[in-house]
Amino acid sequence: MAADLGSSSIEIPRLLAGFRRDRSALIPLLQALQQAIGYLPAEAITAAAEHLGLSETTVFSVASFYTQFKFQPPGRDKIKVCRGTACHVGGGERIIAELQRDLGIKPGETTPGGEYSLDTVACVGACALAPVVIINDEIFGRASPRQIIDELANHKPGAGCSCRD
Amino acid sequence: MPGLNAFTTLQAEAKRSWQELIESRTPHILIGTATCGKVSGAMSVYEAIIATLERLGIKATVTQVGCFGMCYAEPTVDIALPGQPRISYGFMTPEKASRIIEDYIIHHNPRPDLALCTIGDGRIEGITPFDDMPMLKGQHRIAIRNCGHINPLRINHYIARNGYAGLSRALSTMTPQSVIDEILKSGLRGRGGAGFATGQKWQYCRDAAATPKYVVCNADEGDPGAFMDRSILEGDPHSVVEGLTIAAYAIGAAEGFIYVRAEYPLAVTTIKHAVAQAREHGLLGRNIMGSGFDFDIHIKEGAGAFVCGEETALMASIEGKRGLPRTRPPFPASSGLWGKPTCINNVKTLAMAAYILAEGADKFAAIGTERSKGTCVFALAGNINHMGLVEVPMGTPLSEVIYGIGGGIAGSKPLKAVQIGGPSGGCLPANLISTGLDYESLAKSGAIMGSGGLIVMDEGNCMVDVARYFLSFVQAESCGKCTPCRLGTRQMLDILERITRGEGHPADIDRLQELAKQIKISSLCALGGTSPNPVLTTLKYFLSEYEAHIFERRCPAGVCKALITYSIVSDKCPGCRKCVKPCPAGAISFVAKGQPVLLDEKLCNRCGVCRDVCKLGAVAVS
Repeated sequence: MAADLGSSSIEIPRLLAGFRRDRSALIPLLQALQQAIGYLPAEAITAAAEHLGLSETTVFSVASFYTQFKFQPPGRDKIKVCRGTACHVGGGERIIAELQRDLGIKPGETTPGGEYSLDTVACVGACALAPVVIINDEIFGRASPRQIIDELANHKPGAGCSCRD
Repeated sequence: MPGLNAFTTLQAEAKRSWQELIESRTPHILIGTATCGKVSGAMSVYEAIIATLERLGIKATVTQVGCFGMCYAEPTVDIALPGQPRISYGFMTPEKASRIIEDYIIHHNPRPDLALCTIGDGRIEGITPFDDMPMLKGQHRIAIRNCGHINPLRINHYIARNGYAGLSRALSTMTPQSVIDEILKSGLRGRGGAGFATGQKWQYCRDAAATPKYVVCNADEGDPGAFMDRSILEGDPHSVVEGLTIAAYAIGAAEGFIYVRAEYPLAVTTIKHAVAQAREHGLLGRNIMGSGFDFDIHIKEGAGAFVCGEETALMASIEGKRGLPRTRPPFPASSGLWGKPTCINNVKTLAMAAYILAEGADKFAAIGTERSKGTCVFALAGNINHMGLVEVPMGTPLSEVIYGIGGGIAGSKPLKAVQIGGPSGGCLPANLISTGLDYESLAKSGAIMGSGGLIVMDEGNCMVDVARYFLSFVQAESCGKCTPCRLGTRQMLDILERITRGEGHPADIDRLQELAKQIKISSLCALGGTSPNPVLTTLKYFLSEYEAHIFERRCPAGVCKALITYSIVSDKCPGCRKCVKPCPAGAISFVAKGQPVLLDEKLCNRCGVCRDVCKLGAVAVS
């Protein structure tokens, strides 16, 4: 799949220049690439492999092990539902189920038009405010399915971070 | 590079400016802005306070602090006026906070109706003093001693509260061996969960011949339901930096790593800031405090793999590999990062080590039980009134934490179980809540201390569903390297899912037990080895619930969707409409005022929202 790198294609060499040519730099390097591009397209894997003198297979095998790394462009609005124990007890699964129904996608997927991506996260550590949902960088505590769906409806896709804080 | 004298000057200066802040003639306002505070809207409260101060022309010092532990009352705002004890206010909104500023600072009305407690000497009529607060009086704070008191971004605040005094003492008056002896004497055991003697671990690493050596702080707190490491990193990051530096001195390491979860963005920011600040002040880097000791710390962000909390997997991840655990021995103390001796400690262990060096081993060893010294930190969550962070002496009965500190069960429902220790821990039933919170007593009950997550469950929780939840977590997070964990937990999960769907077989209980036994003894790492614990403890203490699912096709708690139906109790329903909008399936329709609502069973997805919102008990589950 041809990746639309946009302006970030110029940034890759500049980004890589900041990292030592040492295997231990691999994960931080991939994190920086994903931060800049939004995901890890094939070009990013190739560039990382070349910079560190590793095979692309090695780089991909490491990247694919970690849930943080994505190989498809994410939705313009990224929704993450916490599935920690407190969130489970407080009804987190209900939120996942409702979002699945509302968006028509499963966790790990993006809506066909690229508006939303749905993910789960192991635990964000805000258990006292369970259940917790993150929309882009904004965390919603004591969330209910209806509140999250309403929030999404009022949220203009692509508006970017709407951090309250 | 500043020598010891330079540190003494730094300390004197920090203490002087701290004293100035405490005794200042201007009001001091503290706002809890850790993740839990921010999620509750602390930043809009902060902005409102700044605007109010400006509007009223009040000169005040406003400090952003970490989480004091009363997460249930977030956002919290504390106000200290000259000569008065600090007053803590909870459940703040921008409006309430502005009101209090005006009422208290301008009109001298401390608003007892909105206050949680007072902190410090002196009393204020109508407000409970700190020590009488049920949530606080049973606590003994060591690991979280500074959380909520200091600005985590100010190294001076930490130093003023005796921070870096332990490191200074170690470097100026002690040999590395005597540091280890001090830790051994304190009885400190690893707070990551396993409880191995910290001094012994340091000793093994010191005695290892190979060089260089490394120290690592395991800040990959992945257990769902645990957030104490996050709170320490966000509220008091220098205690971790100091503890790690002391460990490095003791074992002879020049390089250290803090491996922190990327899911904790604020913790990553605060710890990075603390490391840079310590470097600027000559507390990291070359020739620390003029002692000739060189040490520096790198921050590594995790990439979302739960298994990386396991020490050998964590090291593989630092090396830039897949985070796969390996068999031990060799233990990291002899062969760790890049095959060199490596000492790995948890966040809380390091924060406590810094305290022990500053205050002395005896003071720490005087707390706790015979074999479990000091304190333990817990994250209280679930169906409990006072959710938050607590630190109590080891051996404190679980009942005291739940009913005393935790304020009892939310909604005054009966307690059913307490899940302790995350996916590696177990579920203790209500009749075991006199169990002491120490390594030995918990192990006896079948649970473990783990990282300290305490999830309280009431009668509305189905224990088979809870076991299924933990297994699904482990199954999703298994690295897949060893068969027992990869396939064994899959099989257990399949069985549990079947049981919750009402398709259980009588032989399932034996099969679960057999699988659990095999997985326990044959898994490669602790994640796999302890993964059957939630199943084993629920089978041990809640067998009747499994039997109800299997033999009667019934979920007694009314949780397992395939086994329940929702209905409206018409003589209890006044048709108030409260449940109509929240129903995500559109299954409830309003008829007319005064008439019960209608629930369409075909549309109903059995999510239970209606039952949660109905205060009249008009939604029945059968």
